[in-house]
Amino acid sequence: METVVHLSNAVAVLGQFPVLAGASLTVERGEIVLLQGPNGAGKTSLLRLFAGLMPLARGEGNVLGFDLRTNREAVRKRVGLLGHANGLYSDLTVTENVRFWGATIGASESEVGAAMTRMGLAQRLKDVQVAKLSAGQKRRTALACLIARRAELWLLDEPHAGLDAAGRDELDATLREATAAGATIVVASHELERAGALATRLVEVVGGQVRESQVAPDGDNRSQAAG
Amino acid sequence: MFRIARLIAAKDLRIELRSRVVTNQVLPFAMIVMVMFAFALKTDEVVEKVAPGLVWLATLFSLLILVQRAFAIETADGATEAMRAAGVDPAGIFLGKALALAAQLAVLEILLLILAVVLYNSKLHAGGVVLLVTTLLAATIGLALVGTLYGGLAAGVRGRETLLPLLLLPVVAPVLIGATRATEAALGTSGAVVSDGWPWLGLLGVFVALFSVGGTLAFGPLIEE
Amino acid sequence: MPDTDTSAMQLTTDQASDAARSAARSAASSSVRRSSPTGTPFTRVLGIATLISMALLVLFGLFLSPEDVVQGESVRILYIHVGTVWVAYVAFGVTALASLAFLWKRTTSLTWDRIAGASAEVGVLFMALTLFAGAIWGRLSWGKFWVWDARVTTTAFLFITYIGYLAVRGLGGSHQQRGRRSAVVALLAVLEIPLVHFSVKLWRGLHQDGSVSDTTKVKLHDLMLFSLFISLIAFTLLFVWLVMHRQRVLAMQDALEDKGLDFALEQRRSEAGL
Repeated sequence: METVVHLSNAVAVLGQFPVLAGASLTVERGEIVLLQGPNGAGKTSLLRLFAGLMPLARGEGNVLGFDLRTNREAVRKRVGLLGHANGLYSDLTVTENVRFWGATIGASESEVGAAMTRMGLAQRLKDVQVAKLSAGQKRRTALACLIARRAELWLLDEPHAGLDAAGRDELDATLREATAAGATIVVASHELERAGALATRLVEVVGGQVRESQVAPDGDNRSQAAG
Repeated sequence: MFRIARLIAAKDLRIELRSRVVTNQVLPFAMIVMVMFAFALKTDEVVEKVAPGLVWLATLFSLLILVQRAFAIETADGATEAMRAAGVDPAGIFLGKALALAAQLAVLEILLLILAVVLYNSKLHAGGVVLLVTTLLAATIGLALVGTLYGGLAAGVRGRETLLPLLLLPVVAPVLIGATRATEAALGTSGAVVSDGWPWLGLLGVFVALFSVGGTLAFGPLIEE
Repeated sequence: MPDTDTSAMQLTTDQASDAARSAARSAASSSVRRSSPTGTPFTRVLGIATLISMALLVLFGLFLSPEDVVQGESVRILYIHVGTVWVAYVAFGVTALASLAFLWKRTTSLTWDRIAGASAEVGVLFMALTLFAGAIWGRLSWGKFWVWDARVTTTAFLFITYIGYLAVRGLGGSHQQRGRRSAVVALLAVLEIPLVHFSVKLWRGLHQDGSVSDTTKVKLHDLMLFSLFISLIAFTLLFVWLVMHRQRVLAMQDALEDKGLDFALEQRRSEAGL
């Protein structure tokens, strides 16, 4: 199996604070990894590191074969990050937003349409300005932008937050489809049941480091108690 | 790079068309500034003499606000970071935003020129039109380039509202000097003739050349973490 | 497991700085009996050379050199003014070159970044002195504090640009970030300053306002030339001495922060119980 992410004793800083204090993690293609941990543990920073946004202060890391120390730009084009903010333009409509983000990697009109349909935005909401959407609808729009970008590695920070039950089901289905099509997903979430059911592997992030969970996610025997 | 630039310029202009912040807020601001200048100066003759300078000063002050606005739409929902995360070519972002800014600036300057004719009694004449138009073009592009460059640096850092003027105004001084002198020549203010203006246009051209190259190279490192 | 949040982050950082500070202090105090924290034999010699040349400058500038035919005693300000303006521009050049060097081989040499910063700080100081002394001299010589010619105006712009550069240095973030951002700003200033100079020159050139800069033509007697020469040497030595010390202080500050990081790393690790 191909290694998509390999991190070894990574240290990353925010100002002078070490948000990641020696984190090690390996992710293979097609996995759905759930990051769990208390607030401030470093889950968001881990995702941003994988996205090529944060510089690596110490340690080693590569994502999709690119070294995080030297080649972060190459990582970014192939990775999709959904952070706490949505990255949307509030004066533009849903369609315009998804089209814009898709166009940054040259996605076609049909791919944009497909992304919007997948997230349930293609009918009633497509010409509504983002400013007028609810928080959950904005989140779905942001996800559609992500889908339109055809990322190989998906990094999602609390993606279920703000979504209603139907939205969450859509999201889960989308994630499963994405891995079936060859993508790899790393999710940070506090929602153990839903995300746990989805994930192939559970990982704990605490004190800026990573600890594989000893507990298998519900009803899924594929997690390993790792060293 | 150019495809991204077109995409981003189109996006910025579409947002402006939708939100109308420039037309509803920045243009009135510029108009008030022009009126205030007249209040501050004593006689009509003085005002008429310095009219070109006042137009460009008003442009510069409005530039500060336009640049802040151009980046506020990005930082509002983390879009700059999203663009970085998406690996969008920074040079493309730079050119695209500069293009959109230039378009907005151009509209502003035309309005200010009209105001100068109305409020300050400036006179346009046929011989100076070519010089006037080319000056507008060159100055607008130059201002848009450095505005986008330093705006990108200042966006998202603390003290951004005060940092931007401090960094930007010294840099645009040559544009102020050059554009004002060229405009004076084009309008025939204070006895200047059109031929006086061309060397100044050359200066503006050099400015544009230097900062288009310099800005394209520098923008990426400046917004990077 | 403790539920950490941002205030805990702040606490850790503060504790880290405190610990690192006391460690550095004890290290420094043990060596302070032997030498100063930033002094080395080289800078000591340099410092003495600076003092000697400054003393010579005072001697020649104030006493031995003659007064000017036209300007009288007020020409003596020139000895300071020329020295400071020379240093101000040298400082600008050093900052620009050091910024270039930093960007050239980035990941290994924060020293270049610190040299650029130290040089800029010293440069701002000398630029302020230049403008001040120049204003006094102008007032004494031809009754005006300021003149709108290319050299004076460019110096004023350089002053403001430096202040902006120092503001950018103070924006925070990692040391690498600071270095890269300010290096780019410094190099942009290299583009900007000649443009400003040229445009002001063109501007004033076309307006022959009975230019007062003509009266800066001072007839230079041999001894005056010699005093000017001493001034250049003395101020250059002073500049180098100041920049070296300041660079070392900045290095110590950076090292302090790095030590703080190590400490904070330990704290963070222990919070996990790993």
